[in-house]
Amino acid sequence: MIAVLFFTFGALALAGALGVVLSRNPVHSALWLVATLISIAVLFLIQDAELLAAVQVIVYAGAIVVLFLFVIMLLGVDRRESLAETLPFQRPIAVALGLMVAAEILLLAAHTWATGAKTTSGVPIEGGGDLGNNIQRVARVLFTDFLWPFQLTAVLLVIAVVGSVALARRSGEPTGEADSEGATETATETETATSTSTETGGAS
Amino acid sequence: MSSSSLALTITPSYYLVLAAALFTIGAVGVLVRRNVIVMFMSVELMLNAVNLTFVAFASALDDTAGQVLVFFTLTVAAAEVAVGLAIIVAIFRRRRGMTADDLKVLQG
Repeated sequence: MIAVLFFTFGALALAGALGVVLSRNPVHSALWLVATLISIAVLFLIQDAELLAAVQVIVYAGAIVVLFLFVIMLLGVDRRESLAETLPFQRPIAVALGLMVAAEILLLAAHTWATGAKTTSGVPIEGGGDLGNNIQRVARVLFTDFLWPFQLTAVLLVIAVVGSVALARRSGEPTGEADSEGATETATETETATSTSTETGGAS
Repeated sequence: MSSSSLALTITPSYYLVLAAALFTIGAVGVLVRRNVIVMFMSVELMLNAVNLTFVAFASALDDTAGQVLVFFTLTVAAAEVAVGLAIIVAIFRRRRGMTADDLKVLQG
């Protein structure tokens, strides 16, 4: 049963990944990405990671792919991409490099694993006494051993929110404040440009 | 392969091989495609392959810490997508092109 699930959804994940790379329309790529993400959620589920499967569907397929589709629709870039190569031999070299990466990873996966030790206060995935279900076990580890990285992710998310808002405002519609800011920026740019040109002029 | 595999036990190596294939497809996608949004999607594929590796090792070593690490990867991926797509929108407003070749002059 597990084997059937693994091969079915593993093949589906691989097909979705190929669809992401090979589709010429970005909207089709996003939809193939959904197929891959949900297949990986099923693979999480059969590895006793129930909470992660739910989070994968909610966060990735629910939020991130919607964000991708929103940007694609907003920019209107859902036209087909021209397939003319601007760099010579880009695709053969890329495929060769990819095959080399695959060979290296498979070689490493076939050999002895580099990681062999548990964490010091490891919480087992199943069994091990009265530790509750998967959500309770993950929460136990997350809020004890990994409390400091957890706090850092809060800082990271705040930085991401502030950064995306700042990026969206800076080049947005010219409100009064942003307009004056841009004007001063261009003024300083032209000033430095003229100063450098006079410097080079004096040097020559 | 899967025809007579009802009694086949899936070892962690199967997941590692699958994750390696997904990672490779994502890496080739980043190298080959020139649409920046599709390049982002390929990066997401690579991150998902790593997540799959984390969960496979978590169940192999019977330790929940591997599953917790996937949360941090998810957070970083979400932050990366938010900021990256904001950058893409900002660039697109300035110059009407969405392939990586349109971005070869970065100084505005």
